[in-house]
Parts: sequence; C-alpha cells; structure tokens
Amino acid sequence: MTTRNCLGRRPVLGALLGLTILTQTPMALAQVAAPAAAPAEVQTGGTLVVASLQKPRHLNPAVQSGIATAVPGAQIFATPLRFGADFTPQPYLAESWSFSEDQKVLTLKLRQGAVFHDGQPITAEDVKYSMDVVKANHPFNSMLAPVSSVEATDPQTVTITMSQPHPAILLALSSALMPVLPKHVFDDGTDIKASSHNNLPVGSGPFRVTEFEPGQHIMLEKFDKFFLPGKPYLDRIVIKQYKDANSAGLALEAGEVQLYPYLDSTRLVQRLEKKSNMTVTDQGYAGIGAMNWLAFNTKHPALSDVRVRQAISYALDRNFVTKALHGGLSKPAYEPVVSSSPFYTDAVEKYDFDLDKAKALLAEAGYGEGGKPLALSIDYLPENEEQQHAVAEYVKAQLAKVGIKVSVRASPDFPTWAQRVSNHDFDMTMDQVFNWGDPVIGVNRTYVCDNIKPGVVWSNTQSYCNPEVDKLLASAAVEPDLAKRKEQYAQAFAQITRVAPIYFVNEAPYFTAYSDVVQNPPVSIWGPMGPMDEVWLKK
Amino acid sequence: MRGIVKRLIWAAGLILAVLVLNFLLIQLAPGDPAEVIAGEMGGASADVMAGIRAQYGLDKPLPVQLGLYLGKALQGDLGVSYYYNRAVAGLILSRVGPTLLLVGSALAFALIVGTRLGLLASRNPRGPASALVTVLSLIGYAAPVFWTGLMLVILFAARIPLFPVSGMRDVTGATDLVSRTLDVAHHLVLPALTLGIVYLAQYSRLTRAAMLEVLGSDYIRTARAKGVRERRVFTHHAFRNALLPVVTVAGMQFGTILSGAVLVETVFSWPGLGTLAFDSILARDYPTILGILFFSTLIVICANLLTDAVARRLDPRLQQRG
Repeated sequence: MTTRNCLGRRPVLGALLGLTILTQTPMALAQVAAPAAAPAEVQTGGTLVVASLQKPRHLNPAVQSGIATAVPGAQIFATPLRFGADFTPQPYLAESWSFSEDQKVLTLKLRQGAVFHDGQPITAEDVKYSMDVVKANHPFNSMLAPVSSVEATDPQTVTITMSQPHPAILLALSSALMPVLPKHVFDDGTDIKASSHNNLPVGSGPFRVTEFEPGQHIMLEKFDKFFLPGKPYLDRIVIKQYKDANSAGLALEAGEVQLYPYLDSTRLVQRLEKKSNMTVTDQGYAGIGAMNWLAFNTKHPALSDVRVRQAISYALDRNFVTKALHGGLSKPAYEPVVSSSPFYTDAVEKYDFDLDKAKALLAEAGYGEGGKPLALSIDYLPENEEQQHAVAEYVKAQLAKVGIKVSVRASPDFPTWAQRVSNHDFDMTMDQVFNWGDPVIGVNRTYVCDNIKPGVVWSNTQSYCNPEVDKLLASAAVEPDLAKRKEQYAQAFAQITRVAPIYFVNEAPYFTAYSDVVQNPPVSIWGPMGPMDEVWLKK
Repeated sequence: MRGIVKRLIWAAGLILAVLVLNFLLIQLAPGDPAEVIAGEMGGASADVMAGIRAQYGLDKPLPVQLGLYLGKALQGDLGVSYYYNRAVAGLILSRVGPTLLLVGSALAFALIVGTRLGLLASRNPRGPASALVTVLSLIGYAAPVFWTGLMLVILFAARIPLFPVSGMRDVTGATDLVSRTLDVAHHLVLPALTLGIVYLAQYSRLTRAAMLEVLGSDYIRTARAKGVRERRVFTHHAFRNALLPVVTVAGMQFGTILSGAVLVETVFSWPGLGTLAFDSILARDYPTILGILFFSTLIVICANLLTDAVARRLDPRLQQRG
C-alpha cells in the first residue's frame, strides 16, 4: 500500500489545462480524423506487463477516481473523446462533436457499429446513461455541475445542454472520466457504487477484463470487435501489483515487467536511466499537476501570527530540497498552481531563502533567540520518503537554526495521518496535493472559507479564510475571458502567498520507465490513464 | 470423548472472546475507513463521507456495530469488505491456499533440513561441523526475515535471474496443469527459503541441544552397552525423543507463522493472507481484518490440537496423562 494514497488522489480529473485555450477557439464541427493507419513496421500480438503500486477497489471509473481504477478503466471502457499529447481533443467513440453558437449545447455524433464486450451495440442511450451515472456518483462533482441535461436524440446522437459555457466539458468526456457503460448491464436497480458488475465490468474499450485478483493482478485481453479497425495491437495487458517501488524496479530489470508508470522515486529513476535497454520519460503526466507543500495550522497560537509563518518560510531553502534531496529531478513550487498551468504567475512572494529575515521576523513576533521559546510539531504523508519524510526532517534541522524546536511526528500509515490532519490536530504538515489543471477543481478547495470542514481530507485544513480571496476565486470560476481570469487568479494568489498559510516546496515529478521492446508508450496528457490501443511490442 | 467435547466448548468460548476482543481492539487504531476510501477517490465532500459511513454502518454506535457483527459472524457471515466490495469469506478463502502452501513448504523444509543439521552437529558437539551449524543458525535466526528475502531477490532474481522476483505465478504463461504447477513451484522457492531459514535455524539448534541431552541419558548408555549400533542409537533411541520439543515448537509456530508470513509475502508479493491482512489494516478495512483474525484463531486452535496429537504419538506417556 506504499504510495497508494498519494497516487490515489492523483487525480483522475487531471489537468484541465488548456481547457481555457480550447474555449478560446470555439469548435465548430471538429474534423473527423480517420484513425491513423498502422505504420508498416507495427508488430501485433504479445503481452505487456505493467507494474503498478496501486490497488484498485474495483474497475469502474464512473464512480471512482484515482489512478488505480483509471489505468485499467481506460483500457476496459471507451470514452466519447480522447486526447493526444497536446491537449487537443480527438474523436474516439464519438466521431464528431459540435457546440452551439452560445456554447451551451454540445452535440456528439457516435460511431456506427461499435459494440460492447458482450456484443450489444453502443447507442446514444448508453452515453446518456453513463453521463447521468457520472454526474450523480463521481467524486468530482464539479466536473459535470453545469450540465443540466443529456438527451439521446437518435441512436447515434447525444445532445448535452449546459446552464453556462463549460470549457472543461470536452476533457471531462475523455479518458477514464467518462466511461461509456452498457446500460443493459449496469441499470439493474442496484446502487452502482456497490454493484458487483464493477469487479469485472463489461466495457466498450480496446481490452476486456478477464481476471481481477484484488491486490495481485488484472488481466486484460484484446477485444476482437473493438471499433477502431486493426487495434489494439497487443494481445494482452497484465497490470501486476507490487508492494513498493524497489520490487517493481527489480521486476522491470529482470524483464518480468515492461512498463512501470507513475514512478516517483528519484533514486530509482537515476538507476533505471543508466540501463542501456531501458527508457525513462516524464511525458504522459501533463494531466496531473502534483505538488508538495508545507501547510500551517493557522489556528495554532504561534502560527496564527503571520510573521511566524513568514519567518518559517524564509528559513527554508526549497532549492536545497529539489537539488540535494531530490537529485535535481523535482522543480521548485512557489504558488497554488504548478508552473505548467495557464494561470501560473510570477507575481507572488516567493520567500526566497533568507535566514536573517527569518530571525528578524521571529524576533518581531516575540520568538526566537531571546524571545519566548517556540516548539512545533511537523507531520508528513507517511508513504513517500523522499518527497515527504526527508523534507520534514530538513524542516526540523533548518528551523533549529532560527531557534524553533521542531519535532517530527511520524504517522504509521495514511489513515493515521489523515485523521490527524483532517481534524486539524497538527501544527505543520507536509502534504502532496493536486492541481487538477483548473483552479476551480484543484485549488479553490484549499483556500475558500466554507471548505473548512473538520473530518474531511483535503479540505481547507489550514483554516485559512479571507473573504476577498473567496470573492476573487468565485468570480474567476465563471469568467469566460482568459486574460481577465488570469488576472483574477494572480490577485488571489498574491493575497494568499502574502500571508503564507502554506509554504510551497516543489512540483512532484512523475516518470514512466519502460523496456526498449515497448513501442508507442502512453504519452498523451493522460499517459497510462488513456487507452493503450496503439502500444506494441518489438519482437 | 469427554476430552474432545471439553476442548470444543473451550475452543468455542475462545473464538467468541477473540471476536469481541478483536472488534474492540481494532476500534483503537486511529483513522477512519471512510477517510481512506475518500482518500482513494481523491478527496470527497462531507456528504459523500457521510454516505460512505452510512453504507457500512459506521455511523451507528459502537455497541450496535458490535452486536450486528457478532450476530452475523456467529452465522458464518463475515461481512463485506469495505475496500474491495466483496464478501470477506471469499477473499480469505482465495488467500488461504497460497499461505498454507508457503508456510507448509517453509516448515517442511525447515524441519527436514534443520533436524538433519542438528543431528549432524550433535554427533561431535565440539567438532567443526557443530560450530559451523551453530554459527549459521545464529545468523539465520538473527537476520531480519525481510532482509533475507530482499538479499535472496537481489542475488537470485536480479543478479542471477534464476527465480522470479515476485508473485505466485506467471500470469502470462501456459495454462495446463503441469506447467502451472511447475510455475508455482518455481515462484515458491525463494519465499519458502526465506521463511524457512528462520525456522531452520531454530530447529537445528533445538535438535542439537535436545540430542545432546538425550545422548547423555541412561537408556542410551544401556542401548550402547547392549551393543546396539551407533546409527540405530542415534535415529531410533535418541532422535525420536529429541524430536518432541521440536514438534512442540513447530506446532506453536504454525499458529504464529502468519506474522512471519506477512513480511515474506510482502517482500515477494505472495498473494496470501499475510498481504491481505497488511493491506486491510492500511485500508482500515475492518470486516476483512476481523475475518482474518478470526480465521487465524481457528488455525491456531487447530494447530494446537494437531500438535497435541503428534506429540502423543511420539511419546505414549503423554497419552496416559490425558
């Protein structure tokens, strides 16, 4: 279960990056791209073994987010659209789509002759049913919130009506986010979240699932009647579960495994990079914006003083963390969004390392040398040593230099950490959080006043509340103009960083390591959470 | 006959006590299953969390939860896993085989090789063989089992690729019975060896000590005086008696071996009860943890009964004492 939770949160909703760009160019009828003919040298057949540290609860991404379910889910279920490596939507189950003039109605035209794994045809009714299920059950309820109705106008046409223009809609129809479920199988009156069909679901994707042993492996077999002719190239995909990064790495080196995605151990990356028959890439993670940060409980008597939080921020050197602790493989982070976000701004207080400033601020607040003694504890997510524990230890050593005594409080496992932090029983904590591309989904939850909800993980556990920031975030959420929207976020981020409820440490790196027999490794924005119908093995 | 009935009543009471105790103990662990599930989903609203709690009855008062659980458990229904959304009994049953296979092979290996080594060492207690066995067993006993496992993996799976790194079978391989059996055996070698080494060390030391004690007793001297061959003295007269403590320890270990299996299964991703227990604890999957604990209790009780029976066979005096 090692990196399970970190990864579990790694958002399926993923980067809605570029969605703004998408809206800027209202799409008239999108070009129907004929599926690219297989290049002559493609070899079909073979089994791809994918290493996973994730343990899916079940295989239905309509009611479950997270990489664990998304990776097999994207193979088992087709979605209306898919995305390449550049945030451009591509036809998948829908061969074309068009927006109305006012951007509030989206019409999908489905492909003819596509069938589910049980041979039944895929119709507009199935798409409507799936969208209703996702809207009602998926944990990311902001994803389809503006969708007011979905209609099957004819067997091949789906009409989606929205209450307001919703730029994220195309992305929400892709990858694991909008699996097209067979209505005739799932719609049997049982609660879909607890449906037994979720264990071995009938899908519509390039592979059908034949075996799912929880905690061990998932077997996927080529679906002969897949609607894209000639695909998939592989005969089988086996997703094999490993307990930790090291055993997965060893299995890759031993040839037991050919593809190891979501790799975040820098030492392992460095070791695998040196292997001559191995490639390590950081592509395929554009849909994920993960960062590590140090959060303060602003209700703590000392930490409620903004000068103390600022002092701590100045006392820490994030460059030391990224270069020395992470071997140069992670990037520094400065503000609520990652640097690849369209809303990234440089105009924030970065708290560049300055011990003297830190000492001065502490003295002003009455702490530090000569002042009141200050002792704080620091928590950290127990699963990721490099990105979490090592940084927490560094914080302890570093704050000793300005006279703050820090005790590192280890949690034996994720539930222990989650309970402490979600109930605001902490002073400072390291955490790993996701951007999800659009601030509406991944950023606001950390800062808005009405999300201070004890007992709920990844809510506003810092107890940071500023009505002005609330207002800015709310108006940016519905602002159609990208430039204005950017400006509003810039203002909000400037206000937030000024009072430092969080010290942003680094953007978390992800890699995929694969053996050289693997061709066309998954590098779309969704990476391995996208369909692997074009992956093939060189014999 | 009365003895058996008595034992069964005792066992039933023990099982009930274990069920209650386990249920209460598990509540002491910090953390909340709803939070784990919400964490897996990437965060959730307060409504969703409340929904999860209601779905699994976690919102009910503790005594009510305990009552519901006991009522079901006593009817043989171990509930549904929060985490995997499957019947706990089925989950456990699917994992029992691999664990028994692993533990059984490790114990068999340890018993056979360990007692041999102990015998060898006892022939000449001050000789070099004895010293070697003593030192090796000390190392084997002292080395942490996960370390031994990792070293074996690095040596025999990564450096010299003789054995698979992990798992119980090659899921991509052939499906006929013979090659599947061979495949499982191939995967079994390293984990069984890892787990076996610890027990082997204990058994060899135990056998050596017991042999030395028995060999000094009067009836051995008598046997030798009667002109019985040394070989026969060793195997028939001495070894049979020296085996008694070994069997007792082995029997007790069979009950506690789950704890060792957790580590070995984790290192080798062996799909047994140990990994299931480990995963369920991390997920605060109460029904599964309770089910496994319940099942382990049954195993311990059975192992004890079995050990008694074997010990009685080895030493008829035990039978008379009842």
